[in-house]
Amino acid sequence: MHGLINRSLQGFVTHTFGAEAWTRITRTADLPFDSFEPMLTYDPDWTGRIIDAAAIVLDRPRAAVLEDLGTHLVSHPQMEPLRRLLRFGGVTYRDFLDSVEDLPGRAQLALPDLNMPEITLQDHGGGEFRLTCRFNVTGMGYVLIGLLRAMADDYGALVLLDHHGTTERGDHLTIRLLDDAHGVARQFDLAPADRSDLALHQW
Amino acid sequence: MDGGLQPFSVLLEGRVLAGLMPMHVAIAADGSIRSAGPTLKKILPDRQLEGCAFFDRFEIRRPAALGSVGDLIRTAGRRLHLNPRGQVQDGLRGVAVPVMEPGVGSAGVLVNLTFGVGIIEGVRRHRLSDADFVASDLTMELLYLVEAKSAVMQELRDLNLRLDDAKTAAEAQAVTDPLTGLSNRRGADLRLSGHSASRIGFGLMHMDLDFFKEVNDSFGHAAGDHVLQMVAKVLRAHTRTEDCSARVGGDEFIVILPGMTEGPSLLALAERIIAEISRPILFNGVECLVSVSIGIAVHRGNSPPDLEHLHHIADQALYSAKHAGRRRAHLARQE
Repeated sequence: MHGLINRSLQGFVTHTFGAEAWTRITRTADLPFDSFEPMLTYDPDWTGRIIDAAAIVLDRPRAAVLEDLGTHLVSHPQMEPLRRLLRFGGVTYRDFLDSVEDLPGRAQLALPDLNMPEITLQDHGGGEFRLTCRFNVTGMGYVLIGLLRAMADDYGALVLLDHHGTTERGDHLTIRLLDDAHGVARQFDLAPADRSDLALHQW
Repeated sequence: MDGGLQPFSVLLEGRVLAGLMPMHVAIAADGSIRSAGPTLKKILPDRQLEGCAFFDRFEIRRPAALGSVGDLIRTAGRRLHLNPRGQVQDGLRGVAVPVMEPGVGSAGVLVNLTFGVGIIEGVRRHRLSDADFVASDLTMELLYLVEAKSAVMQELRDLNLRLDDAKTAAEAQAVTDPLTGLSNRRGADLRLSGHSASRIGFGLMHMDLDFFKEVNDSFGHAAGDHVLQMVAKVLRAHTRTEDCSARVGGDEFIVILPGMTEGPSLLALAERIIAEISRPILFNGVECLVSVSIGIAVHRGNSPPDLEHLHHIADQALYSAKHAGRRRAHLARQE
């Protein structure tokens, strides 16, 4: 498992619940160290164990933890570089949805060894989309729900998102795009104001 | 390829052209601009091109000596390098193709332009947005990639800094001399403070190699390193596991011998070490000859030792051994 994925979990817990919560999670998960390095690779089992431990320590359902992680990836000010990379998906939220299938390929342009969920998106017309997401850590569909919802806010779009369970093909989601220009979109300049801010996580 | 098909022609209005090629310029036979793409106009101070003379507004850098629509038609298909007049920083790249304007009869030229590799600066300078590029353009992917790459580089820089800090910290905590595998000075100090805390008596040897500089000077540093490793081997062979041998300088060693507080047995051990180290050491077919001088101090135990004083008298004994002609051991006067 790429350290960037584990490190974003760590960042989410530390930013939202504090460093002490993260320490309790690493102890509960029986992790042999207390911090992930974003550019190193780790045993894939640890990611699942950290998520399970986070659900126990934070006393929240696993799905809720994952959904909040997805939201955090886009909306926390310190994750701005990732939000920017996602906004390269298109001018409108519909463009962005069209680019969701390309997310793993885009990520691998920059980090060839980054393993990403397999995503397929079907357009059923009338603003309804079905998305399947398969990954070697279960529950990634919930991360995607949090992320897609936060991106809708970012684009100023109104969407309804539902998780329809998991099969061997992965997690099944439906996305209903009710209004592509519902609210005010957040600013997105193609050229970032300060290039020194371009880290994938910041502490 | 034609397969007998009629030549295909299309009629594109300026508005449609702009949608397909937001950085195009359509030029009539007389050199006047008939239509221009919105992104191209955005990078000009007056944002206006229609009706202007193409060669007044753009400076062609390559191919050389292009000054008329006829020239553009003649070199059609070749890469054009140009910039808006007075904007050398906005180097553009493009291609010109001959076109017919319906109802006019004479041929004009359609030029399609792009920023090329200057796109990153171009986007920043002219505050271009994703709406300024068409769906078939890979500019967005390029910008995405540049930004993703910068982010990854930043992560790697941060990782390197953290690793460097960790390395510095690890070095500061190290107790081993990497060349010989013996303790280093820090390791020896830690051991001595352990003995003083537990009030154990011990013998302390200070050693200095004789003629080591000559070996280095005559046979090189690799030979010197080999000699130091052989000396370490001798020290390990002649000491017990509870003893501590340390390399504390270039050719200086310390041996700490807990429980050994009798002068005669310490001197006997020192003599054995001297005899062993004085034997020729073979390195790449040459014989390296060194010996060693040793100063010995003793702490009898039961009270905490004055370590500074012990080191001092062991050093004095070492110097007297050196002065007496090297290759010998002297015992410091009792405390």
